[in-house]
Amino acid sequence: MGAANNATPIDGLMIARSFPMIGSRRSLRVLERNALVYRAQWVMLISGFFEPLFYLLSISIGLNKLVGPLPVHGQFISYAKFVAPGMLATSAMNGAMIDAIFNTFFKLKISHVYDALLATPLDVTDIALGEVLWALARATMYSASFIICMAALGDAGSVWVILCWPGAILTSLTFSCMGLAACTFMRTWQDFDLVALVQLPLFLFSGTFFPITQYPQWLGAIVSFSPLYQSAALLRGLSLGQFDWIMIFRAGYLMAIALFGLYVAARRFSKILAP
Amino acid sequence: MSETHILEARQLVKRFGDFEAVKGIDVAIDRGESFGFLGPNGAGKTSTMRMISAVSQPTSGTISIFGLDPRFDGPEIRSRLGVVPQEDSLELELSVRHNLEMFGRYFDLPRRVVRERATELLEFTQLSERANEKVDNLSGGMKRRLTIARGLINRPEILILDEPTTGLDPQARHLLWDRLYRLKREGVTLIITTHYMDEAEQLCDRLVVMDQGSIVAEGAPRVLIEQFSTREVVELRFITDDHEEYYERLAPFAERVEVLPDRVLLYVNNGDDTLRDVHAAHITPSSALVRRSSLEDVFLHLTGRSLTE
Repeated sequence: MGAANNATPIDGLMIARSFPMIGSRRSLRVLERNALVYRAQWVMLISGFFEPLFYLLSISIGLNKLVGPLPVHGQFISYAKFVAPGMLATSAMNGAMIDAIFNTFFKLKISHVYDALLATPLDVTDIALGEVLWALARATMYSASFIICMAALGDAGSVWVILCWPGAILTSLTFSCMGLAACTFMRTWQDFDLVALVQLPLFLFSGTFFPITQYPQWLGAIVSFSPLYQSAALLRGLSLGQFDWIMIFRAGYLMAIALFGLYVAARRFSKILAP
Repeated sequence: MSETHILEARQLVKRFGDFEAVKGIDVAIDRGESFGFLGPNGAGKTSTMRMISAVSQPTSGTISIFGLDPRFDGPEIRSRLGVVPQEDSLELELSVRHNLEMFGRYFDLPRRVVRERATELLEFTQLSERANEKVDNLSGGMKRRLTIARGLINRPEILILDEPTTGLDPQARHLLWDRLYRLKREGVTLIITTHYMDEAEQLCDRLVVMDQGSIVAEGAPRVLIEQFSTREVVELRFITDDHEEYYERLAPFAERVEVLPDRVLLYVNNGDDTLRDVHAAHITPSSALVRRSSLEDVFLHLTGRSLTE
């Protein structure tokens, strides 16, 4: 025993410390910081609540009249009921991506807010995790208001629409982690045009407006890799109350991307902030 | 590690790709000491600061702060350090008071404590009247003071200041120095980087001179000046395109002659006597100045280059 005690101990704590993804409880301070800063910019916070209303009204009043009912899993549903969960997924994506990419880039490379944070007990991983928690906090509020609007306008497929709430929060998690990772690769504001180049086709071709059964099979296969497609399909299933084992796969896919994104983000943050 | 040193670094190396920013330096700092890193831009001061403030890890070598190892106890070490970085990196959207209060929260201080300390520190840095203003509206000197107040919110045992007065006017500098003296009297260990020799002479009990990633000299400012320079310096300017041509003629008058682009420096023991001799030899500079030796001269002697150009 005596000799073994002198060896360098490799206990669970050391492994946790060297694993670059896990943040600590201190990441909550980043959440607190963002809430404080946003309190000074409450207009921006409020605007997030109006976005879903505009989306939904445009569909319910406009498109729904022009486009007839669609078959989904052998069941005919109104276009509004088809498209509303897709809009929820899109809105979760946009909200998470824009905050993760633009605001984080600003703090990372322009205002050097994170440099100041690293002079405190916070670690780089705490910062990355804190930003993700912040994205989730916002998503929780915004998606709730979206779902309430959906129900009020009669665009909800069933009472199971309530399950779209956690579904939308998961979607935000995925895109916020991806956005966080992506923003670390941005060098100048010009690079943000690339974000639009990814975001727009994702938005247009991910089966949010129409079923991907419209596509030739090979194209449908490609689209099925899109996290937005997986999210929209998941949320649609939940809204309509059409449960299926594939939903677990979809949720798992979104979760896997989230973890990968967070891992990349934490590593890149370390490289940039504490070279 | 030794109990007496609050901070000790051995054979510290920092490499970025092929570039070696810090080339194996040794530093030991005592509790309550005011310690300086003097050197030109690019000497490796900031890289060193980032390592000894437990933010970036050394490529090789060891650091002990409060007897702890930053590789394993980063958060614990940082909770007892105050850092005033070169860039203020304040929260521009927040008020002066909120900047301090939020920063205290990162150290897990309760809200009540943070509010009390913010009030004290605003008083200490003479910012009380601006407490509710947005940081954006403050002058450079005020922002700097706020950054110092921020670095003190956790009542640190060591305060690390990276170029604290760069870009400030003389009045703002003196106010800042005064605050740093007070902290020193209260027993706070100060670690300061600067490329201003007057600042180093004013503030530091002991310092190292860094050049190109290495320490080239170490000691108290007075001792370094005695060791590496003469008592006085005569600065001569001539109306010429090249001061180099005066080197030969002036060499016999001084222990050592340094030629700078705009002037010639004569290192001597009695400047007035030397100046008289120079005039007697019919050498007529357009202007002449006799002054005491400073750390600038030490640096020039050690590296052959001027500190601030």
